[in-house]
Amino acid sequence: MTGQVITITSGKGGVGKTTTTANLGIALALQGKRVVCIDADIGLRNLDIVLGLENRIVYDIVDVVEGRARLRQAMIKDKRMPELSLIPAAQTRDKTAVSPEQMLAICADLKQEVDFVLVDSPAGIERGFQNAIVGADQVLIVTTPEVSAVRDADRIVGLLEAAEKSPARLIINRIRPSMVKRGDMLSVADVLEILAIQLIGIVPDDEQIIVATNRGQPAALDNRSQSGQAFRNIAARLLGQDVPLMALKDTDGWLQRLGRFVIPRRE
Amino acid sequence: MSFWDQIFRPRSTSSQVAKERLQVVLVHDRVKLSPELLETLKNEIIAVISKHVSIDQEAMEIKLTHGRGYQKLTADIPILGSRDSAAPRRPR
Ligand SMILES: Nc1ncnc2c1ncn2[C@@H]1O[C@H](COP(=O)(O)OP(=O)(O)OP(=O)(O)O)[C@@H](O)[C@H]1O
Ligand SMILES: [Mg+2]
Repeated sequence: MTGQVITITSGKGGVGKTTTTANLGIALALQGKRVVCIDADIGLRNLDIVLGLENRIVYDIVDVVEGRARLRQAMIKDKRMPELSLIPAAQTRDKTAVSPEQMLAICADLKQEVDFVLVDSPAGIERGFQNAIVGADQVLIVTTPEVSAVRDADRIVGLLEAAEKSPARLIINRIRPSMVKRGDMLSVADVLEILAIQLIGIVPDDEQIIVATNRGQPAALDNRSQSGQAFRNIAARLLGQDVPLMALKDTDGWLQRLGRFVIPRRE
Repeated sequence: MSFWDQIFRPRSTSSQVAKERLQVVLVHDRVKLSPELLETLKNEIIAVISKHVSIDQEAMEIKLTHGRGYQKLTADIPILGSRDSAAPRRPR
């Protein structure tokens, strides 16, 4: 039995790739799957801190490719759940420290041992991105409902086609239902019409993500968190379960709504 | 546009504006065809076709359009010198 490699990428920076990788890793592990997350953002290591594993790093991915550590030694086990582990990025090197061939070999190796290898891609379309997708069996593109993020996502769709990867699926992150309602944010339907790719999930803009990241306890661990639920739903869909899209709650309170009513906004 | 048209014209929301702008920019991104390249293309098409038939250069239009998952280039080239006009205008 071999697992599959899923790369999380976006083009534009800061749209939620690392948050998504961490939460999908947790959510898949909660379903009993063996998961290893790879931080492919060499030089800008972040997945460790989002997962709350930053204090346990001994070796990183560059130590592995340069022979200072074996792959198993660089895998940090998550104490919250034995199914999950992390291979951290090196912090003091750059993207050229790992070649696509080396990345491919690491992915192939890990696939023999786990159900899912999740690769957190760096922003951009250069070497780091190429490294991140080289071993991918599936690609998830993260975007936000903003023009620059959607435009960059479209560029990624084109590059993935050129690289002959199977069609990527889309995650729309940081949706603000109240803004969509008043016509000030692209809706899910708008983004899908523009990009013409398959959707795998939507995630609301949620303060809980920041709280969760502060603590190193991804939202997917919290049963009451709406964004956590959104990520657990995406994980379920990756496992082939049929989960309907969540209805996002309008989070504006009556005061904000009253404010808009009393003081109409100008364009 | 009259004063009343200005007042009653439904304002498009910022998300509608965003969507329209994205659709236009992506059509060009996807086929790597800039507006300048499109202009060059138009002039070359005019040159080729004008060798054989007179066309209305002013009215000629070439544009990129898009739909769900495809892009296409459409050229609309009105031909001059139909039966009605005695002396066909020469293209410039
Ligand atoms: N759904 C959300 N709600 C609120 N905040 C979010 C959400 N998703 C991500 N964020 C915040 O957005 C910021 C960027 O997220 P993240 O680091 O995951 O993006 P990234 O795509 O990995 O960035 P980079 O391109 O720099 O690697 C973080 O501060 C994160 O907490
Ligand atoms: Mg990141």
